[in-house]
Amino acid sequence: MKITVRDITKRYGAFTALQNVSLEVPQGKLVALLGPSGSGKTTLLRVIAGLEAPDSGSVLYEQDDVTQRAAKERNVGFVFQHYALFGHMTIFENIAFGLRVRKWKNEAVRERVMELLRLIQLEGLEKRLPSQLSGGQRQRVALARALAASPQMLLLDEPFGALDAKVRADLRRWIRQLHDEIHMTSVFVTHDQEEAFEVADHVVVMNKGRIEQEGAPDAVFASPANAFVTDFLGHVNVFHGRIQNGRAHIGTEEMPMSFDVPAPQNGADEGAEVTAYIRPHEVDIDRVSHGSDSMFAIVTRVNRSGSTVKIALVAQEGQLPLDVELPHERDAELGLVVNDRVWVYPRQVRVFRREEAAQSGDAKIAA
Amino acid sequence: MPRFRFKERSVLPGFGLSLGYALFYLSILVLIPLSTLFWKAGSEGWPHFVNAAFSPSALASYKLTFGAALLAATVNMFAGLLVAWVLVRYSFWGKSLVDALVDMPFALPTAVGGIALATVYGPNGWIGAHLAKWGVNVIQTPIGIVIALIFISLPFVVRTVQPVLQELDAQLEEAASSLGASRWMTFRRVLFPYIWPALLTGTTLAFARAIGEYGSVIFITSNIPFRTQITPQLIYTRLDEYDTAGATAIALVMLVVSFALLLFINALQAWSRKRMRG
Repeated sequence: MKITVRDITKRYGAFTALQNVSLEVPQGKLVALLGPSGSGKTTLLRVIAGLEAPDSGSVLYEQDDVTQRAAKERNVGFVFQHYALFGHMTIFENIAFGLRVRKWKNEAVRERVMELLRLIQLEGLEKRLPSQLSGGQRQRVALARALAASPQMLLLDEPFGALDAKVRADLRRWIRQLHDEIHMTSVFVTHDQEEAFEVADHVVVMNKGRIEQEGAPDAVFASPANAFVTDFLGHVNVFHGRIQNGRAHIGTEEMPMSFDVPAPQNGADEGAEVTAYIRPHEVDIDRVSHGSDSMFAIVTRVNRSGSTVKIALVAQEGQLPLDVELPHERDAELGLVVNDRVWVYPRQVRVFRREEAAQSGDAKIAA
Repeated sequence: MPRFRFKERSVLPGFGLSLGYALFYLSILVLIPLSTLFWKAGSEGWPHFVNAAFSPSALASYKLTFGAALLAATVNMFAGLLVAWVLVRYSFWGKSLVDALVDMPFALPTAVGGIALATVYGPNGWIGAHLAKWGVNVIQTPIGIVIALIFISLPFVVRTVQPVLQELDAQLEEAASSLGASRWMTFRRVLFPYIWPALLTGTTLAFARAIGEYGSVIFITSNIPFRTQITPQLIYTRLDEYDTAGATAIALVMLVVSFALLLFINALQAWSRKRMRG
C-alpha cells in the first residue's frame, strides 16, 4: 500500500508540529522518519495512523483519502515506544485482540496467534502476562499484535527507544529481516541516525516540522542537502569562516586556511559568513604542510581501541578542537604520539551559509 | 503480590516498633471498644440477646439498612465512575469547582446534608414538589433513605477511581483503537479491567459508610418501625428505652454482618487485583 501525505499542517496551540509536509511512501518500502525531538516525526507518524487529526492537508492510502477516517477504520498496525501491551491479558490474548475485535472464530484466532508466536520466536510463552517478559520480548509481542489482523501497513514509533543497546541491535536486524520476508509498507520513527541508516530503504530527515531531506541512506549520507542534515548525521567538526575570492576561508589572520566552496553553495556572496563541516574520517594528517588547504594542529589524544584510530587535536593555538579518524594502517605510518605537531588536511568539506547553519542551532562539534 | 511473611527485611528500620504501635493503636481505638460489645450484649443472657437481636422490628431494620446501603453503593458505583471520568478526561469551565464539590459530603456534618435534602425533596421543596405531582413521596419513605445514603457516600467512589483513571496510559486506548476496537470495546476490554479493582474498593467504602449512616437519615424519615427505621435508629431507640443490652445485641449483629461483608469484599478485591496484575 502506497502512502501519500499532502501538505499536512498540525499545530498545538502556538507550537507548529508540522508545516506543509508532503511525503510519499512507496509500496513495500521500509521508511525511517529521522529527526531530533520536537522535529515533528512522531506527529507525522500519528497523522498517518489516524491517531492525530491534521489541521490541514490530506493523507491518502493508494488513491483513497483517509484523512477524516478514525484510526480504528484504517487497518494499520501501530507499534508504540513503550509497547502499550494490555497488562491484564496474556500474551495470547494481546496478540489475539485485533482478531477478537474482528470477530474471528476461536479456531482461526488460535491458528493465527500461534503462527505469529512462531514468527516472533516466543512460542510457549503465550500464557504469560506482559509483566513477565523482558523489554525486547514485549516489543516483539507488540509487533505481533499489530501484525495479527494483516494490516495494510506497519507504523512504528521509536520501536527500539526503550531497549538497551544489545537488544536494540538484535531487534533492529530482526525487523529488517522480517520486512524482507513480508514486504509490508512500513514507516518507523527514530532519532538515531545509525538506526535509520541500518534499517531503512529510504530516510526522511525532519527538523522543526519540515522535511529537510529525503532519499536512500547512502545518498543522504554522501551529500547532505544543508547544514542541519550535515550536522545531524553523526559526528562532524564545525568551523566558522567567510567567503573571500570565491573560496571559504576558515581560521584567523595568523592561521588562515581555505577550501574550495562546493558547487551547490556557490551562491554565497563575497564576504558572506559561512560554516564548514568536516567529518572526522574525511580528514588526513601529515607531518608536512600542504599549503593553504591544510591547518597546523597539536595532537592531544590518540585512541586506538576501535575499528579506526580516533585522534583528538587542537588547531590555532588551542582555540579549535578537532577530531580525526584514521585507518590503522595510516596511523602506523605516521606513528603519532600526544603533543606531536602535525598538519591536518581535509579531503572533503561541506560549506553552508551561516544563516542556514544558525537555523539548525548552535554550530559546534556535534556528537 | 507478595505472600504474607511475618517479618520482611526492609531498608527502613523499626519494623518491630511500628508494628507494635499500629497494633496498640488499633486495639485502643477499635478492638477493645468493639469487644466490649460482645461482653455487654451477653450480659442479660442468651434468650434476651436473641429476642432483642432478631425481633421482627430488628430484622426489618437490617433489611432496610443493608438493602438501602447496597442500593446507594451500587448507584454510586456508576455515578461515581461517571463523575471521576468527566473530571479526569474533560476540561471545562468550573472544573475545579466541581472537583471541590465532590468532597462536600465528606466535610459537611451529615445532619446539614440531611436537612438540605429534606428541604429540597420535601413536599414543598424544589424537587419534592414536582415529584409529589407524580405521586412520588421521598420524605418518610425508603426512597429518601437511599437518596441520603447516595449523597453521603458519593466521594468514596470518585476519590478512589480518579487517581487510577489519571494514571491510565493514553497509549492503551490508542493501541486498542489502532487494532480496530470501537470505543465501547476499548472501554470494556481494555480500560475497565484496570479501573475495576479501584471501583470495587470505592464501592465497598461507600457501602460501609452507608451502613453506618445515621445523621442525615433522621432528618428525612421519622423512625417508623417496619417502614423507615434503619438499624442505627433502632439502636438509638433501644438506648432511649434504657435497654442497653438490647441495643448492644442489635449493634453486635450489625458489627458481625458488616465485618463479614467487608472481609468478603476485600477478598474479592484481592482476587481481582491478582487476576489483573498477575
